[in-house]
Amino acid sequence: MSAHNNGIWSWITTVDHKRIGVMYFVTALVFFVIAGVEALVIRIQLWRPENDFISAETYSQMFTMHGTTMIFLVAMPMAVAFFNFIVPLQIGARDVAFPRLNALSYWTFLFGGIFLNSSFLFGAAPNTSWVAYANLTSSQFSPGHNVDFWLLGLSILGISSIMGGVNFITTIINLRAPGMKLMRMPLFTWMTLVTSFILVTALPVLAVALILLAFDRFFGANFYQPMAGGDPILWQHLFWIFGHPEVYILILPSFGVISDVIPTFSRKPLFGYPIVVYAGIMIGFLGWGVWSHHMFTTGLGPIADAFFVASTMIIAIPTGVKICNWIATMWGGQIRFTTAMLYCIGLLAIFTLGGLSGIMHASAPIDLQQHDTHFVVAHFHYVVAGGVMMGLFAGLYYWFPKVTGRFMDERLGKINFWTYFVGFNLTFFPMHISGIYGMPRRTWTYAAELNIALPNMLSTIGAFIFALSALILVYTIIKSAISGEPAGPNPWNAATLEWSIPSPPPHYNFAEIPTVRSREPLWREEERREIEAVTLKVPDVEPVMPNSSYMPILLAFGVALTWGLVMTGKWWAPVIGLSYVGVCILMWAFEDPFARKGA
Amino acid sequence: MPTTEARPRFFHLTALLLGLMLLGACQGDYPQSSIDPRTDFAETIHSLYVQVTVWTLAILVVVWGVLAYVVIRFRENPNRPAPKQTHGHLGLEIAWTIVPALIVVAIAIPTIRAVFETQTELEGDPLIVEIIGHRYWWEVRYPESGVTTANEIHLPAGRPVTLQMNSADVVHSFWVPQLGGKRDVNPLRRVGPEGEVRGYTYLYFTVREPGVFLGQCAEFCGEGHSLMRMRVVAESESDFNAWLADWQEPSATATAPPPPQDTTIQTPAEDPLVTLGRQTLFTSTCVACHAIQGAPAVGVLGPNLTRIGGRMTIGAGLLENTPENLFRWIKDPASIKPGVQMPGAQEGGGGFPPTNLTDDQIRAIAAYLSSLR
Repeated sequence: MSAHNNGIWSWITTVDHKRIGVMYFVTALVFFVIAGVEALVIRIQLWRPENDFISAETYSQMFTMHGTTMIFLVAMPMAVAFFNFIVPLQIGARDVAFPRLNALSYWTFLFGGIFLNSSFLFGAAPNTSWVAYANLTSSQFSPGHNVDFWLLGLSILGISSIMGGVNFITTIINLRAPGMKLMRMPLFTWMTLVTSFILVTALPVLAVALILLAFDRFFGANFYQPMAGGDPILWQHLFWIFGHPEVYILILPSFGVISDVIPTFSRKPLFGYPIVVYAGIMIGFLGWGVWSHHMFTTGLGPIADAFFVASTMIIAIPTGVKICNWIATMWGGQIRFTTAMLYCIGLLAIFTLGGLSGIMHASAPIDLQQHDTHFVVAHFHYVVAGGVMMGLFAGLYYWFPKVTGRFMDERLGKINFWTYFVGFNLTFFPMHISGIYGMPRRTWTYAAELNIALPNMLSTIGAFIFALSALILVYTIIKSAISGEPAGPNPWNAATLEWSIPSPPPHYNFAEIPTVRSREPLWREEERREIEAVTLKVPDVEPVMPNSSYMPILLAFGVALTWGLVMTGKWWAPVIGLSYVGVCILMWAFEDPFARKGA
Repeated sequence: MPTTEARPRFFHLTALLLGLMLLGACQGDYPQSSIDPRTDFAETIHSLYVQVTVWTLAILVVVWGVLAYVVIRFRENPNRPAPKQTHGHLGLEIAWTIVPALIVVAIAIPTIRAVFETQTELEGDPLIVEIIGHRYWWEVRYPESGVTTANEIHLPAGRPVTLQMNSADVVHSFWVPQLGGKRDVNPLRRVGPEGEVRGYTYLYFTVREPGVFLGQCAEFCGEGHSLMRMRVVAESESDFNAWLADWQEPSATATAPPPPQDTTIQTPAEDPLVTLGRQTLFTSTCVACHAIQGAPAVGVLGPNLTRIGGRMTIGAGLLENTPENLFRWIKDPASIKPGVQMPGAQEGGGGFPPTNLTDDQIRAIAAYLSSLR
């Protein structure tokens, strides 16, 4: 059984959701560092007007890869890391519904990320921004493989996300412990469920957009080519029909995290649990009806603009309700300022600001000024680097003891948080100002006469403080994993099921599946004793867990290989990859995950 | 405990930054500021901006205020009893749903009114100006008078203007913040059996007072995007009309002056450098892309050079228009503007071979171009 040994092969072949979660996190952290370096290069270039630290072409590659990496290779997979590790523990399951598929998701993600970044080796990193507006991406205006790497890389990552979404929907619907009714699920599990539904519905839209683009580029189709009657605006619609739900794919997991962390460190149940759940569902649902607020400048006409103004403003309401409920949870509590809690409070403060600047450009005429300026760059970093990432780091500090059996170093954690908070605000607040004074985004340099050198310098200084914080974080993780203070099963005295089992959990998670009778099972003395009686005991016979498998990594490699061969432009080349994939699928189908070794 | 002390410090810092920002709005020279409205269109946006900013700042202050209070008031204290385990309050939930909803309505109503107002053509004989985005420069046409120029848009103050915009290649976005919001500049496409042309976008505004306003492309369009700049020169209506009338005629030095009929009358001789430059230009590959009205140069791919000497800048708002800068630009434009679609003397560009002009030839061409006023 894989979890009994720790060799490298046991990790490569693992189907254990906890190990896959750890691999997701570590991989995302590596990409986080890469994207951070890209951000620093951007900020050095913008340090002063008319700078030429890097060329315009390199600059385009930097901001394209920074955005693409942060969204698809950092924020999403880091959330998925928590889905993986935490959700089965929160609902009282031994693993996800499809363990091998879960491993396939991870390896596909890893190969997709490597594929995308390998473009640097060919000097052909994507350079048309993370939104890659048509028809700039056509073979005419973007010869070379830059756009190919981008669209094929994202297609691979999309496959990973869709498989993950299917897996978590199935897991949450089907594998809950007895008594774990939907309205007793911890908020993080709830938000994972909502996010998973968005994943399986939004990513296919991106896939369609990318496939059309692939046809344009590889086979001379004209979906986005105006000269041939195609429509570049079609790309904008498809991209944002995916792109706006994507925003909620990013933020809802963090909302879930803080909905679990805030009650723990306030010593009070979540205020208005059903309202917070419904608000999350509302946001996930309404998120589908607002995409054209990214297109107010496109020229869709006043009727479309008015509709999307209204729908966008409506979505502010459930978000505001959530913030009120979190603050109400803290009201009257006994707030413990652990690093996890500090990140939650930081999220509340910063996300509110980012949400409110969002209201400003939800007003279409104002957006005509702010769109595509550094004001918008400030806005979405407030909600993503402030909101999403702070939520995920809250989750990191909160669940690290569960994952490793050791506390994160709280002293370093405080330093990490405060450098993050100061660096973040110093980086992004001045961008409101440079944007207001006329600095468009995605510009390699700016004219001295615009008089925006000062805010840019502040941003660059802030970025280095921010980077320092990231280094401290990485150091804290490594140090704590090796020599952190040991933590018991429930070091924070939290209420939910994942804290009822040992830290780190045994590979089968629950010796016996407990029965749940309330929303905060570990906060009710009698229920806690009942649950811990079965979850903390060492079973006489270990539960049977699925075998490890080589198939996920082999199949995932085939997917990346096939996509890579598409780039050769020879019709028969991807067929080689497809044949390999076919063989892998067959072998997968005939592999018995419960076959006894040596039998 | 450090965290509770540091929080109010942060509020001071933020208040200071906000104050600086507001202060900054009132002083200093920000030629591309989006909060310095100079047209009716920009004023509509700006009044909405002020209104929404007040609303959002008010909400921010309340939320941060309550958050700060909660964090300080309810920090862990062993002397207080264990917290009461409340699960919610229906009245509160209704209240904090309705209040934001009302605020949102208060913002949405003037917003939607402004959406319709700013997308309606203005009455009163608007001047139609056609803007065509190119990688990485702006073509400007005055269809009523047949004038074509580039990167410098002359407009009459006080008269309504309609900008009719399209792109020759990829999506651009026209943004001169003091004139109002940006609007994407999209490539045209032909649809249907009749080949109907679609894709124009429009901006409608009236410039209040004469002035010079800076702008630039706001939709990423490739390597040279950040250097795709422009200037709007708003003049009194009479100055504008005089300018337009001037530019309808070829420049005096566009072609060689006719040989004098009467050799006894002394006419001032033309600078031989200009003469040489004219001859060189007309026999160079430059004329394949550039046009000069009245001269044998009718290319349409690059900016029209009819009265290039009368423009303030060259290279789409990049360099001051001097013979020296023209020389630098013609010799090696890519060193000044990465991604430029124009070839230099030694290096090709935009898919075109190098011009192979010598420094002396370029100097002569620069002198000729500077003479085109």
